[in-house]
Amino acid sequence: MRSFNLNAVLWSVTTILIMVALYLVFAWVPTEATMGIVQRIFYFHVPSAWVAFLSFFVVFVSSILYLAKRNIKWDTLAYCSAEIGVVFTSLALISGAIWAKPTWLSWFPWEDPRLTTTLVLWLIYVGYLLVRNYSTTYQAPRFAAVIGIAGFLDVPIIYLSVIWWRSAHPIVFRPSSDAGIAPSMLLTLMVSLVAFTMLYVVLMRLVLSIRRAELEVEELKTRIQD
Amino acid sequence: MLEKMKNFTQDVVTLLWKDLLAEFRTKEITISILVFALLTIVIFNFAFTPDPARVGLIAPGVLWVAFSFSGVLGLNRTFVIEKERGGLQGLVLCPVEREALFLGKAAGTFIFMCIMEMIILPVFSILLNLPVFMPGLLAIAFLSNIGFVAMGTLFSAIAVNTRARDFMLPLLFFPAIIPLLVFAVKGSSMVISGEPWSDVMGWLWKIAAFDVVYLVVSTLVFEFVLEE
Repeated sequence: MRSFNLNAVLWSVTTILIMVALYLVFAWVPTEATMGIVQRIFYFHVPSAWVAFLSFFVVFVSSILYLAKRNIKWDTLAYCSAEIGVVFTSLALISGAIWAKPTWLSWFPWEDPRLTTTLVLWLIYVGYLLVRNYSTTYQAPRFAAVIGIAGFLDVPIIYLSVIWWRSAHPIVFRPSSDAGIAPSMLLTLMVSLVAFTMLYVVLMRLVLSIRRAELEVEELKTRIQD
Repeated sequence: MLEKMKNFTQDVVTLLWKDLLAEFRTKEITISILVFALLTIVIFNFAFTPDPARVGLIAPGVLWVAFSFSGVLGLNRTFVIEKERGGLQGLVLCPVEREALFLGKAAGTFIFMCIMEMIILPVFSILLNLPVFMPGLLAIAFLSNIGFVAMGTLFSAIAVNTRARDFMLPLLFFPAIIPLLVFAVKGSSMVISGEPWSDVMGWLWKIAAFDVVYLVVSTLVFEFVLEE
């Protein structure tokens, strides 16, 4: 009964937060002066990217814990987090492309180390999910954990390499975040970040329960066969 | 401690020698990756129509696409051959450390890649009329091969155990190897355009750093891949 209550609380908090974030983004926050209305995608793009990195960090830590402890619960955690991470990486890439087109006149500015790294990250974790699908249930957790570790350690190297790769080129743009952000915009971004993080927690719980049910069904099937 | 080190080195050399001997007798990997690399260059020649003015610009890219594509073929073969003939099980059952197994396999692919590049570079120079057989490029190729096989051997051992073994390796490996490719291509284009040695050194250091990171990481996590 208790876990049901917790779920209800989490769901309602997340729903309210997302409603507040939507109101702030579309009705409250002022339109950015130079980029215009399209800049509002920033409040979805940054949180998506944040959730993506958060989920891959969870994959990394759970992969290490799985290899060290060999408890299937860590593998389940890593698997579910990777699935959600790929979805949010896709969202970050799509929203990034929509934002980039009117602002920097190209759908995909390869000069931007963040966007390019995110694309490579997406490829690595799609590979992670594919390996799981193409291995036996017995081997999949180990293989996935190895990729989860080796892939995550690669991320900072990829980021640096993209910076160095385009080092001869002029910097086409300065990312609009960081310095000089108006307080109202910062507040909207923060609310949006919290809302997305809560969404991650809620989705994780959901995907985890599905995954556990799957494992149980598999176990029951093998028991019937025996 | 010293005794242990000696045994370890001996195991690595034995495993390497086994692979080399098998290769000397069939010449399967060397010939196939060599012809494949050559074909890549031929295809690129038709795809880009490189005139003398532009050939220096595209040469580093063409070279590294050829090296990495044929390198992946070689990496795939190292474990697929074992798997087909049931050798992988034998290797796993061998009373050697997993680290020795990893280093032996990686050293084998490393040697094949070096041989392939030593042949491709002069052939490339003749076919595209651009002297690329130079010490700077050899140094970059040599150093990059280390990181290439360090990461590749790990992923190859994973890929060979999956159902879709042939396309699994490139799928996993290419995204992860992007930094190394960036360093190698950048360094090569500097060598080809005749920039001073001190500038090229910067890229060599970056390649070396990548080599160290992935030699350590792959050697450490390899034991979890070959567990039965």
